[in-house]
Amino acid sequence: MYSEAVMDHFMNPRNVGSLADADGVGTEGNPVCGDVMKIYIKVDGEERIEDIKFQTFGCGAAIATSSMVTEMVKGLTLEEAMDVSNKKVAEALGGLPANKMHCSNLAADALHKAIEDYRAKKQAPQGAGQ
Amino acid sequence: MIYLDHAATTAVHPQVLQAMLPYFSDRFGNASSIYAIGRESRQALDRARETVARVLGARPNEIIFTSGGSESDNLALKGVAFARRSKGNHIITSGVEHHAILHACEYLEKWFGFRVTYLPVDRYGVVDLEALTAALDEQTILVTVMAGNNEVGTLQPIAEIARILKGRDIILHTDAVQAGGSVDLDVEKLGVDMLSLSAHKFYGPKGVGALYVRRGTTFWPQQQGGSQERNRRAGTENVAGIVGLATALDLAYANLASNCAHAQALRDILVQGILASVPDTLLTGHPTRRLPNNASFCFKYVEGESILLSLDMLGIAGSSGSACTSAAIEPSHVLTAMGIPIELAHGSLRLTTGLENREEDMRYVVDVLPGIITKLRAMSPLTVH
Repeated sequence: MYSEAVMDHFMNPRNVGSLADADGVGTEGNPVCGDVMKIYIKVDGEERIEDIKFQTFGCGAAIATSSMVTEMVKGLTLEEAMDVSNKKVAEALGGLPANKMHCSNLAADALHKAIEDYRAKKQAPQGAGQ
Repeated sequence: MIYLDHAATTAVHPQVLQAMLPYFSDRFGNASSIYAIGRESRQALDRARETVARVLGARPNEIIFTSGGSESDNLALKGVAFARRSKGNHIITSGVEHHAILHACEYLEKWFGFRVTYLPVDRYGVVDLEALTAALDEQTILVTVMAGNNEVGTLQPIAEIARILKGRDIILHTDAVQAGGSVDLDVEKLGVDMLSLSAHKFYGPKGVGALYVRRGTTFWPQQQGGSQERNRRAGTENVAGIVGLATALDLAYANLASNCAHAQALRDILVQGILASVPDTLLTGHPTRRLPNNASFCFKYVEGESILLSLDMLGIAGSSGSACTSAAIEPSHVLTAMGIPIELAHGSLRLTTGLENREEDMRYVVDVLPGIITKLRAMSPLTVH
């Protein structure tokens, strides 16, 4: 049911883990629904994604899309990364089964939330607290 | 491959296949035909019916052959509900039944105005008998509770339910599809009026099942056509399949004690080994009153499909009640009815042992599973790191 690329990313996920000094963190999904994706990004002075890590609770598709999105956007500018959609991630994996397109294909949304988190933090006045 | 999904289906036993083969070719006659090969098919059906009746402690004319467990369940529920509608409209079942029962109940509720009570279960999945007693009323016409649960293996107190219903004009049906080949199915000991079976759960072929209907049970056929099965189930009989079902059932019950001991010894290696080596793991279902071949678990912080995929990469076949493996949104209704939190229910794994499994294979599974769970947990944002 899964493509070779999905199985490769599932069995050998890229960029697993967290970043203690992340500039932005985004979480998408819900444990009750069976999928939670958390993306951590480190952004350099030129607004590029310098480093990225993910943690995912979910099925094969959830883990593979998370791994794939981290690989796709590492080194991209934030604007370029915002253009990477869930659909593009699925395409890069050679497609996903129809029933996985909605529930398990949220990794790009988690990335976008991480970018928004970074931008919100940047805009907030220094020392304004949480 | 290490096949640990015998609750899903089993391989046809070589002796069963041998018994079936002539009925596809040399003895292809229609059992309703008057000439020699027709009569041969009729005799094969008669023998099969006698065999099934003997195993169930029933009379041959109380056995109806069907296309499988789902048809048997649907036929039992709708057949009784429609026939007894003038007597009452209330059906009682449990929250942990197979969908063949639950969806048939919903159909009767939605389109035909029946009332259905779904009995609660305890944390092990055992139906609440006090709730059963409380639910009975003048309108109750049918109670249906499964013999053994397909997901967690819990055995239901069918004989006790029969005692509660004794003296009342209520039909008791049990879905014994998962229990077939694993527990004594004597209908007198169980005290049931109807019982569903499916051949492929006990080393018979797919696409054939049986329904026991106690003599005197008012019951309407649900399929119209010819007069087969004494007017209770129209359609040319699946002679090869029925021969296969009877041969498989006969074999399973001739060797019941040794088959169960084998499955249980292997199951116990899995249960003890996995509980000892994987922390934050819950054995689901009743600790002792369960089908001998069923080992089922929930692993915290991980999702079932990813466990199955990882096992599959190592040649191990298992299953999960996880929503992701069934194209459903919700995880297993069985686990949630038992009060297991939804996020934990997503991490379910069912391993069911069978005849061809060997002890060394179980040890291999116990060796590799902790690594799989550890890897997935290391990846999970839910894990308490």
